[in-house]
Amino acid sequence: MSATGIGAPVRRIEDYRFLTGRGTYTDDLNQPNQAHAYILRSPHPHARIKGIKTAKAAKAKGVIAVLTGADVVKDDLGGLPCGWQVTDRHGKPMVEPPHPILVSDIARHVGDQVAVVIAETHQQARDAAELIEVDYQVLPSATSTAAAAKKGAALVWDQAPNNLCYDWILGDEQAANAAFAKAKHVAKVDIVNNRLIPNAMEPRAAVGVYDAAKDHYTLHTTSQNPHVIRLLMAAYVLKLPEHKVRVNAPDVGGAFGSKIFHYAEEAIVTWAAKKVRRPVRWTAERSESFMSDAHGRDHVTHAELAIDANGKFLAMKVYTIANMGAYLSTFAPCVPTYLYALLLAGTYTTPTIFCEVKAVFTNTVPVDAYRGAGRPEATYVVERIVDEAAKVTGIDAAEIRRRNFIPRDAFPYQTPVVVQYDSGDYQSTLDMALKQSDYAGFEKRRAESAKKGKLRGIGLSTYIEACGIAPSAVVGSVGARAGLYESALIRVHPTGSVTVLTGSHSHGQGHETTFAQLVSERMGVELKNIEVVHGDTDKIPFGMGTYGSRSLAVGGSAMVKAMDKIIAKGKKIAAHLLEAAEADIEFKDGTFSVAGTDKKKALAEIAGAAYVPHNYPINELEPGLEEQAFYDPSNFTFPGGCHVAEIEIDRDTGVVQLVNFVAVDDVGRVINPMIVEGQVHGGVAQGLGQALLEGCVYDADGQLITGSYMDYTMPRADHLPTLKVSTHNTLCTHNPLGVKGVGEVGAIGSPAAIMNAVHNALAPLGVREIQMPATPERVWRAIHGARRAAE
Amino acid sequence: MPAVSMTVNGKKVSADVEPRTLLVHYLREHLGLTGTHVGCDTSQCGACVVHINGESVKSCTVLAAQAEGAKVTTIEGLADGDKLHPMQEAFREHHALQCGFCTPGMVMSAIDLVKKNKNPSEKEIREWLSGNLCRCTGYHNIVKAIAAAAQTMRG
Ligand code: FES
Ligand code: FES
Repeated sequence: MSATGIGAPVRRIEDYRFLTGRGTYTDDLNQPNQAHAYILRSPHPHARIKGIKTAKAAKAKGVIAVLTGADVVKDDLGGLPCGWQVTDRHGKPMVEPPHPILVSDIARHVGDQVAVVIAETHQQARDAAELIEVDYQVLPSATSTAAAAKKGAALVWDQAPNNLCYDWILGDEQAANAAFAKAKHVAKVDIVNNRLIPNAMEPRAAVGVYDAAKDHYTLHTTSQNPHVIRLLMAAYVLKLPEHKVRVNAPDVGGAFGSKIFHYAEEAIVTWAAKKVRRPVRWTAERSESFMSDAHGRDHVTHAELAIDANGKFLAMKVYTIANMGAYLSTFAPCVPTYLYALLLAGTYTTPTIFCEVKAVFTNTVPVDAYRGAGRPEATYVVERIVDEAAKVTGIDAAEIRRRNFIPRDAFPYQTPVVVQYDSGDYQSTLDMALKQSDYAGFEKRRAESAKKGKLRGIGLSTYIEACGIAPSAVVGSVGARAGLYESALIRVHPTGSVTVLTGSHSHGQGHETTFAQLVSERMGVELKNIEVVHGDTDKIPFGMGTYGSRSLAVGGSAMVKAMDKIIAKGKKIAAHLLEAAEADIEFKDGTFSVAGTDKKKALAEIAGAAYVPHNYPINELEPGLEEQAFYDPSNFTFPGGCHVAEIEIDRDTGVVQLVNFVAVDDVGRVINPMIVEGQVHGGVAQGLGQALLEGCVYDADGQLITGSYMDYTMPRADHLPTLKVSTHNTLCTHNPLGVKGVGEVGAIGSPAAIMNAVHNALAPLGVREIQMPATPERVWRAIHGARRAAE
Repeated sequence: MPAVSMTVNGKKVSADVEPRTLLVHYLREHLGLTGTHVGCDTSQCGACVVHINGESVKSCTVLAAQAEGAKVTTIEGLADGDKLHPMQEAFREHHALQCGFCTPGMVMSAIDLVKKNKNPSEKEIREWLSGNLCRCTGYHNIVKAIAAAAQTMRG
C-alpha cells in the first residue's frame, strides 16, 4: 500500500475549500440580474382551489411575475414523472396519478405548490405571496398510514379506491402457511417504522438561467444526480431537447436520498427564467424543507416467524402497509418493494418467505428513499423478530442468530427472495462485535446500573443490505424506467496529469479523494496530478448519480474499465516507441516497460507521444489519450455486519441514553478507511435519530406538527457516545474492485440494535413492544403502564 | 435605507441595507461572503455562526444594524494566508467534515469554546455543540478534532 493509494487514510482533498468558506453551494451562486422566487404552498392537507386572485400580488413592490397552475396548463407542461412502475399481485400496474409542478385544481398535502412569485428580492417575493388570495374548499383528508386503506378513509385520488397505489406480493403464502403448521414456536411483531424527514443541513435550492441568444437553459440545483434531473425535467416536464439544457449540481450540503428526486422547484425556476428573461433563484426555508422534501420510511408491519424445536427459522410472513404520500416521488414505488422485501432473508437461512405490501396514498408529503431506503425497514422487521424469537424460544439473542446464519462456506447463496448473496462472513462480524462490546460481561454492567436505579439493555443487529444499485436488466424487469449503470471518462493530459470525469456525485462522501486514490494507485500518478470532476452535465458523461451506496461499486468500476482502456492503448504506443512487441509491454507504477529489459517509458511520455504524434503508429491508432467507459453491474453488492448497542434508561424521566455502540461492518475492499469510518458514524447517528428521537407527526386534521427544529428532534452531539467502528471485510466477487459500499450501513443496522437494547432493558418490567422513536414520554409511559399492570 | 458600517475580517465595510436585513444575509448577499451558511429559520442549526467582537454568535439572530461598529470575523477570515487556523487544521486532520455545510459554523463555534475553556472534556465539547447541528458526521470526529485543536492551541 502506498501512502496515497488504496487502503490509505488520505486526508480529504476537498476539505480545504470547505474549511475556508470557499465551497460553492447552489445558494452561493449569485447571478447577474437575478430575480428571486417564492413558492406559495397549500396550508391545507386536502383542498379544492376554487379560485385564485393574483392581481394584488402582481402589483406589489418589486414583483416581476406571479405564476399559477393555470400558467402550467397553458404552457402545456408535463407533471413530475415517476421512475419506477410496480405491478401488483394481479398483474395490474400501480395507480399513477399526475404530479403537477403547480396545482391548478386540488392541493393534496400541506406544502403542495400553489403559486410562485418572482420578485427583485426574496423578501419582496415573500411579502407579495401573502397578497395572493386563494379560495380553498377544504376537503376531508387521510394522513394515517394504518388507516388510509380502511373503510371510511377520505380518498386522496378518485382513481385509487381505498387509497391503494398497489397491493404487491413476493413469495408463496400457502407454502409459508404450510411451514408455520409445522412450527414449534411462532414469534410475532407489530411494528411501526416511523416517518422521517431527511434534513440534510443544506436546504434544497435551485437557480434557473435562460440564455435567449442561444435558446439554452441552465439549472443549478442541489441534486445527487444531475443527468437524471436533466432527463426527467427536459423530457417529461418542460419538453425540451436535452442538448438545450445544462444541469449543474455543485457542492451539495448533504442529501441522504432526499436530493435524488426531481422536484417541482427545479422545473419552476427553469421555466420561469425564460418567462421573465432573468435568472431565477429559489432556496428553501427550513420550514419549507420540512413540508416539501420527500420524507422517508413510514411503514406499519405485522410479521410472524416460524421456528422449529432447535431454534431454526422455518418461514417468515410479513404484511406491510407503506405510505407513498400524496404523489409518487421519483423512486417511491420501488422502496417498499424491491428494496425491502428482497432483504427479508437477512443473514439467515430462512427457507420460505412471504411478503405482502400495500402501498397507500395519503394527504402527506411524498415518501421516497432516505438513507438505506427499504433496507432499514427490512432490517428492522427481521432483527426485531429474531430478538422476539430468542425470547419465545428462550435461546440467547446471539446464539439464535448463530444457529440460523448463512454459513461462510455457503456463498454464493441463493435466498428465497430473489437475490443471490456473493460473499459474507456473518459469524466473524458477530464474534468480533460481541468481543468488542464485552457482551459476556453485560449482566455485571446491568447490575451496576440497577444499583444507580437505572435500567440497562443490550441489543444486536446482524444485518444485511443490498447496494451497488443495480443491474439494469434486472431492475428493468421489475419496473425501473431507467438503467442503473455508471459512467467514467479518464483524460490523460499531454504532460501526464489526469482529469477524471464521473457520473457519480459527491455530497459529502469525499469522492474527490477516494476516486483520486483509486486512479493514483492504478495509473501510478501522484494525487496532486489528478482532479475529479462531477456534477455538471456539460462536462461529465451521462451518468446516473449517487444513491444506494453505489458510487464506488458502480462508478469506481466504470473508472477501472476506462483506465484499462487507457493502459491498453498506452501499451500499443509504448510498443511502438520502444520497438518491442505489444505482448511484451508491462505497465506498473506509471511506467510502461519491456519485460526483462530496462527499456521503459513513463505515462507522461506516452501521453506526450499520443498528443504530439510525430513518432506514432498513426495507421493503427488514433492520437490522444482519453477513454470513456460505462459499467453495468452484474449483481447487487451485499454489505453486512453486526451492530451492538448498549443503552441506559432513567426510570424517572424515561430518557434513553446510548452508552456504547460497536459496529463491525463488512463493506468489501476499503479505499480510504478514514472516510469509511466517517460514513458509518454518520449513518449510526441517523439510526439513533430514528430509534430514539425523530418522528414526523401529522395531526388528525392533516397538519404537519413536526415542521421545524423546535418540534422535530435532530440528533445532537450529546445524544451520542464515542462510537467503536471497525470493519471485517470479505470481497465482492463480481466487480473489479471487490468493493461493496458503505454509505448506508450505519443507518440500516443501528435502529434495530438500539431498539433491541431498549426492549432488552424493559423486558424485565413486562414491556412487550415499544415503537420508534423511543422518546422519553413513550418509555416513561411503557415503564409506568407496565408497573400499573403489575400492581 | 440606513447605512451600516462594521469591520469584517479586518476590512472596513459599509452599505445601505433594509432595516430588517439579518447579519447573515448582509454577509452573504452584500459582501459575497458565502462561507457563512443558513441551515434553518428557527436559530437552531448553527450553520451561521460568526464571531462578533470575538464572541460566537448565530448571525441569523442579529440584524446587520446591531453589528454597527463591531468587528466581525467569518470563516473566510480565519486562515492566515494559506496557513489554516489550528481548528481548521484539526477538522481536516480528523475528518470532522463531510458535506462541509455545517463546518463553518462548527469551526467558529469551537474556537469560541476553546477560548473560554482551554481544556474541554468530551462531555463539555458535546454539550457546547448543542447549538450546532451536523447531519453527516455523527459528531464523532468533530468532538475529536476540537479536543485535538484545544491541545494544539494550548501549545
Ligand atoms: S441559520 Fe440555523 S441557527 Fe442560524
Ligand atoms: S458535514 Fe454535512 S452537515 Fe456537518
